[in-house]
Amino acid sequence: MAYSKKVVDKFENTLNNPQAFKVGKFDPKEVNVGTGMVGAPACGDVMKLQIKCEQKGNTHIIKDVKFKTYGCGSAIASSSELVEMLIGKTLEEAKEIKNKEIVDALELPPIKIHCSVLAEDSIKQAIKDFESKQ
Amino acid sequence: MQAISKSTIYLDYASTTPVDPRVANKMMNFLTPQGEFGNPASRSHRFGWAADEAVEEARSHVANLVNCDPREIVWTSGATEADNLAIKGIARFYKSKGNHIITSKIEHKAVLDPCRQLEREGFEVTYLDPDEGGIITPEAIKNALQDNTVLVSVMHINNELGTINDISSIGKVVKDHGAFFHVDAAQSTGKVEIDLSILPVDLMSFSAHKTYGPKGIGALYVRRKPRVRIEAMIHGGGHERGMRSGTLATHQIVGMGEAFRLAQKEMKADIKKINIFHKRFLKEAMKIEHAYINGDVNNKVPNILNISFNFVEGESLIMGLKDIAVSSGSACTSASLEPSYVLRALGRKDELAHSSIRFSFGRFTEEDDVNRTIEILGNVVERLRELSPLWEMHLDGIDLDAVEWETH
Repeated sequence: MAYSKKVVDKFENTLNNPQAFKVGKFDPKEVNVGTGMVGAPACGDVMKLQIKCEQKGNTHIIKDVKFKTYGCGSAIASSSELVEMLIGKTLEEAKEIKNKEIVDALELPPIKIHCSVLAEDSIKQAIKDFESKQ
Repeated sequence: MQAISKSTIYLDYASTTPVDPRVANKMMNFLTPQGEFGNPASRSHRFGWAADEAVEEARSHVANLVNCDPREIVWTSGATEADNLAIKGIARFYKSKGNHIITSKIEHKAVLDPCRQLEREGFEVTYLDPDEGGIITPEAIKNALQDNTVLVSVMHINNELGTINDISSIGKVVKDHGAFFHVDAAQSTGKVEIDLSILPVDLMSFSAHKTYGPKGIGALYVRRKPRVRIEAMIHGGGHERGMRSGTLATHQIVGMGEAFRLAQKEMKADIKKINIFHKRFLKEAMKIEHAYINGDVNNKVPNILNISFNFVEGESLIMGLKDIAVSSGSACTSASLEPSYVLRALGRKDELAHSSIRFSFGRFTEEDDVNRTIEILGNVVERLRELSPLWEMHLDGIDLDAVEWETH
């Protein structure tokens, strides 16, 4: 599979410098942390996304993000791309993120669009988890 | 086209091999006006005679490597065509004898797809499971034979696992029953001895490009005594005793002949070297936690090594190993998004298919290639596990099989 340079760069940068690209974990029990995990090992990809939020006015903004992804190169690149989009956004703004934005940013080939869908699902789940705790 | 770094290590010999420079040199003598470019079927002048002589010499080289009569070798465009010709050719010619075929789930698509086609034509096909080591046993064949079984097709060496089937014992079971026995030996030439003078095999498929010959040429062995007949697929001139028409590709055939001649001459040295690499690679790779060998390690060729690195997905591992050319059973490297059907047939978890990498060594592999790959491999696996939520869960003591995953 010939990937775009963007996918390859994003994948390699994340692999070579995991801390800077927000690879890691928060304690899922913390009240201000929301965790989303989507996918299945048998399907070949699992994404875990965690957001750390802070009250701002009558809403919450995403202060920090951590993720881990098991999957192909474009799945890892898609999660990493999503993570970059999230920081500083309000939850309402984060809910509006569509997989298409990840597809465009990384120039994903059609056969890899499901990776971006998975990334979109992961943030939706993380927000849901966070909101259920409030 | 992206430039390929000169430092890229090629460990995908089971997919294809480079043409040996000695083979390429010989092939070039059969193309240009200065060379022997004639049509081997031209009987009326020396251009044709010279080409015909080269083709027959090549046929002898192929026959010598597998110890059969040159008249039992039919040129094809590759092992895929040879498999098609054998399977459809027998089934259609002998359909009045029976309509049941036995093959295995770990065959190459070049065998499985013709079988599927024959099912559409009214044949019944049994697809046998291998044992957990990837072996098709003579007992499994014996149990599947029916009164109307006309053909059994089992591969010699599996292309993904490198496992070796005992075609001698399987052949005996098949011949005792009175059915025909076809063997796909695309991965065998130059790797293991084949002696068709004693093997109970009726048809055997060969490929040039797995053995340092050119792509686009292969051969089918068709036994003469007792005579095995097949229905041709390609008609148009009656070349190759009517079994495969079409002007013979002299340069390709010469290439295959030379490649097989060299294979016979150099097989022992090739195997000796690759055995050392295999042993070393295996030992080092097994130091990586949760690495599993796919296929029976005591019953396989040393040039193919298929390993699953649990908690890491194969395609990402290939991307991480960016200066090493290998292949994976991961779904993400296939157009169908399905993980390897061969690995799934071993009855292990799908995850292990997704996490598998096939390393295959060859004549031009050097010690330094093996050492560098080992060095890079452990490092990349470790870094990808740092990224893997499954690895994290595993370290936290979570049983991944007990988790209810949201499949998609």
